[in-house]
Amino acid sequence: MDRTHLLNKLWQYQHQYGFISDEAVSEISNKLNVSNIEIESVISFYHFFHKKPTGKHTIYLNNNIISELKGFSTVKTTIEKETGCTFNEQGNEEFSLFETSCIGLNDQEPAALINFQPFTDLTPNKVKLIIQKIRNGENVKDFASKTKSKIRYTPEEDKTVIFRPYEMGKSILKGLKYTPQEIIDKISKSKLLGLGGAFFPVGYKWQSCKNNEDDAKYIICNADEGEPGTFKDRAIFQHLPGLVIEGMILAGYATGAKEGIIYLRAEYQFFKEELENLIQQFHTANLLGKNIKDINGFDFDIRIQLGAGSYVCGAASALIESMEGRRGEPPVRMWSATKHGFKHKPTIVNNVETLAFASRIIELGEDYFLNLGTEESPGTKLISISGDVAKPGIYEIEFGTTIRELLSIEMSQATAPYFVQVSGPSGECVNNTEFDRRICKEDILCGGSFMVFNRNRDILQILRNFMEFFKEESCGVCTPCRAGNYILTEKIKKIQRGLCAQEDIDEMKQWGKIIKLTSRCGLGKSSANTVTTAVDKFKDYFNVKIAPANFDKTVEFDMEDAIHEFDSIIKDTQL
Amino acid sequence: MENISFKIDGRQCSAEKGQNLIEAAKQNGIFIPTLCHFKHLNPLGTCRVCTVKNNGRTIAGCTVNVEEGMDIEVNSAELLDARKAILEMMFVEGNHFCPSCEKSGDCQMQNLGYETGIRFTRFPHLFVDRVVDARPERIVVNQNRCIKCKRCIEEVITNDGFKVFNFTNRGNDTVVGVDYEQEAKLSDAQAEHAMHICPTGSILVKGKTFGKPFGDRQFDYGPKGKMIPLNEIKKHKTTNKKKRIATTSLAGCFGCHMSMLDIDLGLLDLLEVVEFNKSPITDIKTFSERCDIGLIEGGCCNTHNIEVLREFRKNCDILISVGECAIWGGVPAIRNTVPLEECLKEAYLNSMTSEEGETIIPNHEDIPKILNKVYSNREIVEIDYHIPGCPPNANHIWNVVKSILFEEEYSIAYPEFKYD
Repeated sequence: MDRTHLLNKLWQYQHQYGFISDEAVSEISNKLNVSNIEIESVISFYHFFHKKPTGKHTIYLNNNIISELKGFSTVKTTIEKETGCTFNEQGNEEFSLFETSCIGLNDQEPAALINFQPFTDLTPNKVKLIIQKIRNGENVKDFASKTKSKIRYTPEEDKTVIFRPYEMGKSILKGLKYTPQEIIDKISKSKLLGLGGAFFPVGYKWQSCKNNEDDAKYIICNADEGEPGTFKDRAIFQHLPGLVIEGMILAGYATGAKEGIIYLRAEYQFFKEELENLIQQFHTANLLGKNIKDINGFDFDIRIQLGAGSYVCGAASALIESMEGRRGEPPVRMWSATKHGFKHKPTIVNNVETLAFASRIIELGEDYFLNLGTEESPGTKLISISGDVAKPGIYEIEFGTTIRELLSIEMSQATAPYFVQVSGPSGECVNNTEFDRRICKEDILCGGSFMVFNRNRDILQILRNFMEFFKEESCGVCTPCRAGNYILTEKIKKIQRGLCAQEDIDEMKQWGKIIKLTSRCGLGKSSANTVTTAVDKFKDYFNVKIAPANFDKTVEFDMEDAIHEFDSIIKDTQL
Repeated sequence: MENISFKIDGRQCSAEKGQNLIEAAKQNGIFIPTLCHFKHLNPLGTCRVCTVKNNGRTIAGCTVNVEEGMDIEVNSAELLDARKAILEMMFVEGNHFCPSCEKSGDCQMQNLGYETGIRFTRFPHLFVDRVVDARPERIVVNQNRCIKCKRCIEEVITNDGFKVFNFTNRGNDTVVGVDYEQEAKLSDAQAEHAMHICPTGSILVKGKTFGKPFGDRQFDYGPKGKMIPLNEIKKHKTTNKKKRIATTSLAGCFGCHMSMLDIDLGLLDLLEVVEFNKSPITDIKTFSERCDIGLIEGGCCNTHNIEVLREFRKNCDILISVGECAIWGGVPAIRNTVPLEECLKEAYLNSMTSEEGETIIPNHEDIPKILNKVYSNREIVEIDYHIPGCPPNANHIWNVVKSILFEEEYSIAYPEFKYD
């Protein structure tokens, strides 16, 4: 057995038995000739793998901030009441309940995955019905929710790039008329940027992969869409999956790679089968496989690799670690992936949306694309809007669109927007004086997540949700991210308890800066962004939280709270 | 090999091309502190203590290979503070009780604490309940002390090539897991090597601890002539009257007071210029006058401690936390990782000598109530200065008091600056 198949092997056990037993661990470690602890270290890294038995039905309820604001806690208690189990514990034979971070259904919160089938817009009544049906022995697959997100906005027809009529194979046939180098030149000329959130020039990446000669190369489609609030990659897969596959084939053609892999996040496995069928159709149409469209020697194949629940694996380097069957720890980078990537071979890791755009650029021509958007970021961008808006969903906008336009009556119809989180928790928060900022490289970039909060929402609750997410999702390798995010979470909790001095606010900023300065990878470098900027951008809010200065040098301390526990113990243990 | 030149903090340095920055800096006489970096191991880049700036970008020094023309920044104020902060994070994240640790004095992390002059941590201690695992054949793994540097994971391999340690879980729950089957295969020498490379006291070999007495340990004396300045100290304005000092012991053991008495003949000099007000030494119970300095031993574990501490703050110009307990809870705070109910039941209801149904948890309006956890003094009132140690060295206390009273510059010699 090859270690790159480890995740699949573990999934086999997890799906079949509901957990991965010690015996299974020994069996796998024997096959791979490694110690048991190495396999256990992989299992315990991914939160969809379990070392202890789980019930026949596993329920993963999304605990991200939008879910929290749309009724997470009542749904949670209803699920607990109806199943008789407690969240994040073992559960019983029938049910096991877990909280999970964003599952890419932010426009339909609260949402949960039951046996990895989606259930959206949950209410206590709906939960009761679902649990009843499960108890009646119905298959969850038969009554799972329809999750296709609404496409709420596209520019005029001659300005739309992604959401226009699609014809299978069109961009490949067009692309095959060019030489590989011409394809890369077209992509470079179009100034296409990586749309997963890092905005790295795509043409440059493809070129350097092409230039690195090797006997094998890989095209990886990064479908590990983990940033809370984004669901545009899911939308592409559900509306126009062919575009992504064609983008991969074109990348293969351009760079000489023969194998493509879609790293699909575990949360999205409910449409994995559909995707596999589509890949089969591409095979049948001679758009995948050997000698594609009778071009001698142009072979390309695509397989799907399932992730297992880890946000940090969305970073290219960690994703490759994960695909090689290890913990998804972003490694110390000595090389770029286009030189030594997957299996140490030249590798392109591109986001779903990027590949879809690449395929459209070849189909429509780079000039079409260059005519749209701004100077530095031409074209359009998919934005997933959720939160306090009347029309949550997918928006295809031209780069250069302002936040105000996105919030306006023509688009998402936000109600009293106050706090807008652009690019998810690792991105940037924006207050209402900044709504004229434009989504483009020249101003503020948006990876896809766009969460709107109105004036009634508690900023500390939002920040705490973000920090708890990072605390949970840090890979745990470097000190500032592992410990620092925990410490910041505790600080926010302290401020929430109403014990806040100006000093606490200042410290929060300073500590956030240290985490940013010293962390090893992008997760730690961006985790404290929102906290450190929010205290300046929402001064009005924080000023109210700060207790008036005291001159007797006592620190805010809640004595009642500190002795409450003792009092109740005494009450319970009196003879 | 080709020689190249590069700059560290503006100083011209030379080294072999591609050499590791930590080693290259060392050859040029510049010390970059590290905890995870270890000889031949791949750069691990886990602890981040060696964070430097390379051409303006921060990066872990151990992951840098020197190139011609590099401009490295090591000892800027910003980086020194960041380095200190990371060490402090390690202290608050684990449960590092130096006085009760077998590795104390030989602990690299503790030594870096001394080197950087950490007196207290800016972060609150997290007090997470962590496992002490004695199941392995030869070793004990104490998760309270682990800083997840990854050295043991990369370095400790059985003769047939299997890893003994590896990370399990993730985020703040990350711990180093042990493979019992592989661990049993280790030879005595290999197990001792594992203990040796651990930069803290997380990996211990059964029966091989506490090998060296105080004074013989690796970091007892440290670099010769190393002084830790007292520049953070607040100077007291001069008045002609005799200075007054008050002292108290809260949740402590009176060890710090014993150490004060160790000032020895210096006490006679001290009594010439100061008088003691409220203090166990004088047995004066209440403040009769306002004091210049208040020395606090011990943290706050009950309501009485809080009241006394607040009274001290009210009556003293400068308040000093003396010893580990006062600074962050110390030994009494070991209970902070265990729920209060469990502690009380274990002590009063389920102990060996208590009979079922016969004993109660003591409570009376005259007895102070126990707090839900042991608090550091800094969480209750503002503290002006911290003197670490368990107990602090007498000379350290003496120098601090002198420095405050006489507004003169003193510094603490390395061997006097201790956490155990």
